[in-house]
Amino acid sequence: MSFKSSFAASAALALAGVMAAAAASNAAEQQSPAAIVSHGSSHAAGAASFRAGTVLITNAWARATPAGARIGGGYLTIENSGTSADRLIGFSSPLAARGEIHEMAVTGGVMKMREVDGVDIAPGASVALRPGGLHLMFVDIKQPLVSGQTFKARLTFEKAGPVDVEFAVAPVGANAAPGQHSHH
Amino acid sequence: MDSRRKASLLLGSLFGVLLICVIALAALTGLLRPLYDPQGGFDQIGSIGGPVRLTAHTGERIDTGAIGKPFAIFFGFTHCPDVCPTTLAELTQTLTELGPQAKDFHVYFVTVDPERDTQAVMASYMGSFDKRMIGLTGTPAEVDAVVRAYRVFARKAPTKDGDYTMDHTATTYLVDGKGRLVGTLAYEESGKVRLEKIKRLIAAG
Repeated sequence: MSFKSSFAASAALALAGVMAAAAASNAAEQQSPAAIVSHGSSHAAGAASFRAGTVLITNAWARATPAGARIGGGYLTIENSGTSADRLIGFSSPLAARGEIHEMAVTGGVMKMREVDGVDIAPGASVALRPGGLHLMFVDIKQPLVSGQTFKARLTFEKAGPVDVEFAVAPVGANAAPGQHSHH
Repeated sequence: MDSRRKASLLLGSLFGVLLICVIALAALTGLLRPLYDPQGGFDQIGSIGGPVRLTAHTGERIDTGAIGKPFAIFFGFTHCPDVCPTTLAELTQTLTELGPQAKDFHVYFVTVDPERDTQAVMASYMGSFDKRMIGLTGTPAEVDAVVRAYRVFARKAPTKDGDYTMDHTATTYLVDGKGRLVGTLAYEESGKVRLEKIKRLIAAG
């Protein structure tokens, strides 16, 4: 081996080692977005479930709204135990003028929300609408969502049809349904 | 292997090891930090920021240039179900954890949607949060001046029903007692890091 190549090899190794160490220590400080852990979603105390055909809704919750807020955010988990895909195509609630399904993403520090037409749930799959991602937007709410209370909404699925769901309201800024732990 | 090649190999390896030592030393002493952690350290960040002159949700006129104490400032709007109330709740929690040292620390929540978020709307909204959280609004021109000064991204995105949402920067900015931008809190930064950064900010004055 020549002088140049053994020098280059050692230098490359050194750089690789230092960068890996730096990346590891940086990664240890950060959290991955939307990595919310909730224990035993459908087995948690007080968690109700709602079914229509092969579609099961669990962990339906919403955040309390600050006074004067015109919109509220709702979350839930949808499990499809059927053999064909289904799709959440809309929802409504007596509490709000209309319901919209939105996805939210923070990329490069910028938050963007976009309405989506529906949420597909593959056969045998489970889709979670949770903070930092897909959510139900209750638009033009007629009264504030108050922590500790519950309210009703009707979800409509392409195949399973309508499902009446009861949402539990968690405090403003909560990251999980009331009664569950969340790691942040 | 002849002696020349042996010497070459030895010299090359020695230089390589020397390079490893220099880089390792630099990494250990934090010299390489800017490469992988641009937010580390509290050096002044250029010309971003400046005094904010807007109307608080209480109705009073605020000029952050006249405060003389460190503060945090972030941007959002009340038609935001996730990022904005979460940021307010998290910052409230951090201030609570810091106890008495944070009693005079304010967090300014500037609306990027002054058309809908009037002072009255902000007054109702902010009533749900700690008194140290101050909502700020103003005329579209006033808000725009602040948005530009902080290099914040804010854009109307129309929704299907003729309404709109706002795409906006989700970062929280940390400003020192001299009104200089000295750090940031990324959205979903861990509670531990948030606490440390605000603690340092208050201590540095």
